[in-house]
Amino acid sequence: MLRIDIETCIGCGVCEEVCTFGAIEVVDSVAVVNEKCTLCGSCVDSCEAGALSIEAKEKELQTDIAEWSGIMVYAEFRHGKVAPVSYELLGIGRRLADQQKVPLTAVLLGSSMDGAARELVSYGADTVFQVDDSALEFFTDEIYGNILEDIVRVQKPEVVLAGATAIGRSFIPLVATALATGLTADCTQLAIREEDGVLLQTRPAFGGNIMATIECPFTRPQMATVRPRVMKALMPDSDRKGEIIDFKPDPARLQSRVKVLQSVLEEQDQVNITEGDIIVAGGRGLDNEKGFELIKQLAGTVGGAVGASRAAVDSEWIAYPHQVGQTGKTVNPKLYIACGISGAIQHVVGMQSSETIVAINKDPDAPIFDVATYGIVGDLYEVVPKLIDKIKEKRG
Amino acid sequence: MNIIVCVKQVPDAKDVRLDPKTNTMAREGVESIMNPFDRHAVEEAVRLKEQHGGTVTVISMGPPQAEAVLRDAVACGADEAVLVSDRAFAGADTWATTYTLGKAINKTGSYDLILCGKQAIDGDTAQVGPGLAKRLNIPYVSYVRKITGFENNVLTLHRLMDDGYDEIELPLPGLLTVVKEINVPRVPSLKGKMKAKSLSIKTLNAADIDANPDSIGLPGSTTQVVKVFAPEFKGERAMLEGTVDEQVEQLVNKLQPYL
Ligand SMILES: Cc1cc2nc3c(=O)[nH]c(=O)nc-3n(C[C@H](O)[C@H](O)[C@H](O)COP(=O)(O)OP(=O)(O)OC[C@H]3O[C@@H](n4cnc5c(N)ncnc54)[C@H](O)[C@@H]3O)c2cc1C
Ligand SMILES: Nc1ncnc2c1ncn2[C@@H]1O[C@H](COP(=O)(O)O)[C@@H](O)[C@H]1O
Repeated sequence: MLRIDIETCIGCGVCEEVCTFGAIEVVDSVAVVNEKCTLCGSCVDSCEAGALSIEAKEKELQTDIAEWSGIMVYAEFRHGKVAPVSYELLGIGRRLADQQKVPLTAVLLGSSMDGAARELVSYGADTVFQVDDSALEFFTDEIYGNILEDIVRVQKPEVVLAGATAIGRSFIPLVATALATGLTADCTQLAIREEDGVLLQTRPAFGGNIMATIECPFTRPQMATVRPRVMKALMPDSDRKGEIIDFKPDPARLQSRVKVLQSVLEEQDQVNITEGDIIVAGGRGLDNEKGFELIKQLAGTVGGAVGASRAAVDSEWIAYPHQVGQTGKTVNPKLYIACGISGAIQHVVGMQSSETIVAINKDPDAPIFDVATYGIVGDLYEVVPKLIDKIKEKRG
Repeated sequence: MNIIVCVKQVPDAKDVRLDPKTNTMAREGVESIMNPFDRHAVEEAVRLKEQHGGTVTVISMGPPQAEAVLRDAVACGADEAVLVSDRAFAGADTWATTYTLGKAINKTGSYDLILCGKQAIDGDTAQVGPGLAKRLNIPYVSYVRKITGFENNVLTLHRLMDDGYDEIELPLPGLLTVVKEINVPRVPSLKGKMKAKSLSIKTLNAADIDANPDSIGLPGSTTQVVKVFAPEFKGERAMLEGTVDEQVEQLVNKLQPYL
């Protein structure tokens, strides 16, 4: 409940202004809350008089919270391969485990996974629990969920991480619900608070316009899915030692009501902008489809892939697999060259972790310059051809 | 086939901004809309009803004004609407939401299929569908982009994956979450609009669904938002100076390590 201390309230109306939901009204010089309140807390922070508070009932801690220890990562395996996000999770997982001085475990589920567990060790896992069973050939939420749930119950890790992939985002909510604990989707930053070991889970919300930090204070494990290509994998070290344990699932847990008839790999567009070191991206500033020929030329010259803003994709100048951003791909190349892209937040969230960002835009106030390492204010149709020539010239 | 569709009223995400100085949400011009994915869920439910008979009931947990999205769904072909609303539900995370929706659905009567959107555009969590299925102990399939058949109480579906799609059989009762590719939603018909206007919407509060006060709203939530902030950027903002030729020259020198 939102509590309003009518003694303290000065009726200034700031809370009324600030409330996105129209839930507060000042009546007879005091704030009054109505049923539209969502307890978002914006008003509490805005009240200079300190008259507002959110009354959260003291929640009971799960009794055995101290017994939950260790970091666990779900390593996705599909169509004969470990998904790259699994290595990224081991990268961040290793950091959290070292900070907490606890082991890092990976859970690997699938069938015919020769050597995959060993790989996970070389990327940082201390222990790998694997289930290699024909019942796991296809992904099913129920069977994968049952087994992960059972391993978590036995191992009692304080943190469980999975990739925010189609698979992770589908079955991890099932596991969290079964374990009666909290889950934060699609995190882009993770940290553990020194004092109490609570996992601080940061993620974009409202289509990337807002960042929120979320914690799961009362229950364990603390669970999160993590956006692919945001965390960094460690360099694999084949000398690393680790233990590989074959987990024996209860056969009753290998039943799924949902049946997968077949799993079809679709022709991936030739472009894979998420690999590779350089991306040259074009936006609405190209003005027309032909503009991408210039972008491709520059990309060809520097040996990079072609990216695009949503505006360019929506204009059908280039196909969706090229789209970078909140609703496209997250990329982190060494070099990102943005041509005629304004730098809307939804674009920037998908490329801001690139090592070096070059922005070419004719508007000096374009927000893209705020994320740029180097900016050129100018007409891309003048700048880009010169850039191509110059690079060629330097190379001789 | 009796179908329940879960719809959520959300602020139009593209308009939501955080004022970086006050760290509060800018209120101006933010409209409340039906979550776009849920519109596709309603459409698919209505198509299934048209093919196989039955009824479509839309359900929403939210403040009283969420009634607007329920009427919108009725205008698009849904038959019945249930609003699950109580001040005690405020501040619910996905855990408390699935508890509440689960309880409400159990009160609403029998169903063959529950449809949800892939995710709500306010929180973008995509957790309510799978969580709700677990609460109700029914099988589910997420990211459905096509329903290919229905025979002997089994739906056949295509489910979108990162590298293609899976062909799947789901026995009913079950739950689906749908992606936009599944259909093109219709615009409301005149008849639908009239019906939406006059339909009385059933409202359920915490007591009506026998909710445990410790399991709903903020107290029932397992996660807490401890901070919201505007995205930060780390750009060095080194603007190159001079004529275009000079700028290009400087840039190529700076980029030497990559070229
Ligand atoms: C929920 C949601 C999700 C979204 N997801 C994404 C996403 O994943 N990816 C994405 O990119 N966007 C996304 N968007 C859209 C985003 O908000 C912007 O609308 C989009 O990124 C704008 O693309 P743009 O920069 O190419 O176009 P504009 O914003 O129109 O910018 C064009 C820029 O080109 C410059 N320009 C024009 N002519 C020239 C010239 N001759 N030379 C140099 N510069 C020139 C202009 O100064 C301008 O800055 C999303 C929006 C929403 C609401
Ligand atoms: N409060 C709610 N009322 C009804 N349905 C909801 C509610 N919240 C979420 N849903 C459903 O769950 C889906 C996923 O939402 P989310 O997990 O919040 O991203 C939505 O598309 C809706 O179908």
